[in-house]
Amino acid sequence: MRALAILLLTTAPAFAEGDLFIYTWGEYTPPDLVAKFEKEFGVKVRIDSYDSMETMIAKLRAGGAGYDVIVPGDATMQVLIAEGMVEKIDVFAMPNFANVDEKWREVYWDPKREYSAPWAWGSTAFAVDTAVVKGDTSSLAVLFDPAEEVKGRINMLRDMNDVINMAERYLGVPRCSENPDEMKRVLELLETQKEWVKSYDSETKELLVSGEAVVSMAWNGYSMRARDEKPTIAYVYPKEGYTGWMDNVAVAKGAPNLDNAKAWVNFVMDPENAAMITNYARYSNGIKGSEAFIDPALAAAPEINPPADAPAPEFIPTCSPEATALIDKVWTKLMN
Amino acid sequence: MKLHRLLLAPSLGTILIFMALPIALTTLYSILSPAQYGGVIWQPSGEAYVRLLFERDIFDDTLSFNADYLQILGRSVVQAGIATILCLMIGLPTAWFIATRPPAQKSLCLMLVTVPYWVNLLVRTIALLLMLRDEGPINGALQSMGLADGPLPLAYNNFAIGLGLVSSFLPFMILPLYAAIERFDFSLLEAAYDLHASRWQAVRSVILPILRPGLIAGGLLVFIPGIGSYLAPDILGGGKTLMLGNLIGMQFQGSRNWPFGAALSTVLMSVTLIALILVARRAAREEA
Repeated sequence: MRALAILLLTTAPAFAEGDLFIYTWGEYTPPDLVAKFEKEFGVKVRIDSYDSMETMIAKLRAGGAGYDVIVPGDATMQVLIAEGMVEKIDVFAMPNFANVDEKWREVYWDPKREYSAPWAWGSTAFAVDTAVVKGDTSSLAVLFDPAEEVKGRINMLRDMNDVINMAERYLGVPRCSENPDEMKRVLELLETQKEWVKSYDSETKELLVSGEAVVSMAWNGYSMRARDEKPTIAYVYPKEGYTGWMDNVAVAKGAPNLDNAKAWVNFVMDPENAAMITNYARYSNGIKGSEAFIDPALAAAPEINPPADAPAPEFIPTCSPEATALIDKVWTKLMN
Repeated sequence: MKLHRLLLAPSLGTILIFMALPIALTTLYSILSPAQYGGVIWQPSGEAYVRLLFERDIFDDTLSFNADYLQILGRSVVQAGIATILCLMIGLPTAWFIATRPPAQKSLCLMLVTVPYWVNLLVRTIALLLMLRDEGPINGALQSMGLADGPLPLAYNNFAIGLGLVSSFLPFMILPLYAAIERFDFSLLEAAYDLHASRWQAVRSVILPILRPGLIAGGLLVFIPGIGSYLAPDILGGGKTLMLGNLIGMQFQGSRNWPFGAALSTVLMSVTLIALILVARRAAREEA
C-alpha cells in the first residue's frame, strides 16, 4: 500500500512549480509528510535512498546527481561541512527554528546550526530476549562476560566503530583512542568474546525475532520493531554508556532547487510534521511540542524513553586518522 | 579489411571503457595518498604497497613484518581452491552424465543446471543461510529425527562459506566440462581398448587430453571469482572472517583508505593475470 502511494506520488503529473529531490535512508521519510509538503508548496518531491553514509558521500563527491536535500548522521555532517559539500542556509534564522529543543541547538557537528536541522535521533546499545536472559542485564557484561545460555548466541553489529566503541566502554578506554596499548586490550577483549559471538550482522531485528540471537547490539527504533513481533525483546541502556546519533536535514552544495530545499528544512521543524517522522520511523525527533502529535503507544515506549538512572547518550565525532588506523588494525586482526 | 576493423570497434570499445579504464584508475589510486575522509590526495606514495607486508610503528615509524594480509590472501586462495576441487568432483560426473544422454534429454538437463541461476545470487545466498542456521529446516529435521541433540553449527563458519562458493559457481565448472565431453568421440575409447590399453592408460592418454581445455576453463571460472568473492563470506560467514573481497570493501567504507583498497585490488588482479598467462602458455606449448 505504501509502495503504491509512493508510486502514485512520484508519478503524479507535473502540476508543480518546481521539484525537490531528497537523498536519504530507505523507509525513513513518511509518505504522508511528502504528500502534505507537495500540496502546501505545489512542489513535486522525488526520493532516492542510500544504504550507508559512504555511498552517499561517494555519490555527492562524484557530483551531478542533482540532489537537493540530504540526511547525514552527526559525524558525517561534520565531514560534509569541513569539505564544503553542504550549503550554508542559516537554519538558526528560519521561522520554525524556535521549535528546536535547546539541547539540539549547539551540537558538535554544526555548532551554530548554520547548515542543518534535526531529523531524528536515537541510540546504539543492545537488546536481550528476556525469555532466555534472566537476571540483571544493565551492564555490558551481558555481551562481554556472557552467561552460559548466552554463549554462542550473541550478535554484534557489522560496524567496526560501533563494536569497538562498546568494547572501549566496557574497559574504560576513551573513544577514538590513539594509544596502542589501550587498543591492544580492546582487541584482546573482542578476541575472547568472538568465541561466543554467532555473527557480526546488522539485520538485528530478524536475528532476535527468529531466536538465532538472544543478545544483540541494536538501535533503539529497530529494537522496538523487534518487540512488536516478539514481546520478550527488551532494549537495554547499559550503565557503562552507549552511543547516541542524530540524522540531520541539510542541503547539498549546488542544489538545483535551493528555495524548495530550504522550505523543506523549515517544514520538518514544525512540531506536527516532526511527529509524523517519529510515528513513521520510530525514532525521537528534536522538536519541542511534537509530543502532542505522537502515537500514545509510541510516546510511552521504553525504547525512546530511557529510564531516569540511564547515562546520557554519547555523541562521537569522526576519529583522527591515527585513531582510525588503530581501529582498522584491531578489526582486521579480529577478523583474521 | 576496413569493415573488419569496424566490426571490432564495439567490443574493443567495451573492453577499453569497462575494463582498461577502471584498471588504470585503480592502479593510479593505489599509488596516491589517502584523504582523511575517504578519497585520495594527489600526492604519490608507495605506502599502500608497503602496508601489504609491513606495519609501521605509529610512534617511531619503524617497519616490522606483518603477516595479517598474507593470511587473508592465503585464506582466500585456500577457500577458492577447495571450492574448485569440490566443484570438479561434483561437476565431472554430472557433465559426463549429461553428455552421454540422448539429444532431447541433454538440453533438458542443461536447462535444469541453469534453473537455480535464474534467481539473483544475493537471494540464493540468503536462502542458503536461512536453511543452514540453528532455527532453519535442516537443523529442525535433524533434531526431529533424533539425529542431533542440539543444533549443528552449519552456518556462520568456513563450512558455510565453502558451501556457498560451490553452489554459486558449480555451473561454471559443469558447462565447460560438458562442452569438452560432448565433442568426445567414444569410438576412440574403443580403439584404445582394442589396442590393449589398460583402463588407466585409456584415461590418461585418451580422455584426459580431450578433457583438458574443459578442466582448465572450468577451474579458472570457479577459482578466479571464488578468490575475490564478497557475498559468501559476508553473509554465510556471518562477517566473522575476512576474505580478500571483504578486506577491499572495508578499505572503501569504515577504514577510509582508498589507496590501500586499490593496492589490494591491483595485487589481486596481477596475481590472477599472471596465473592466466601461465596457464595459457602451457596450453599453447602442449598444443604445439
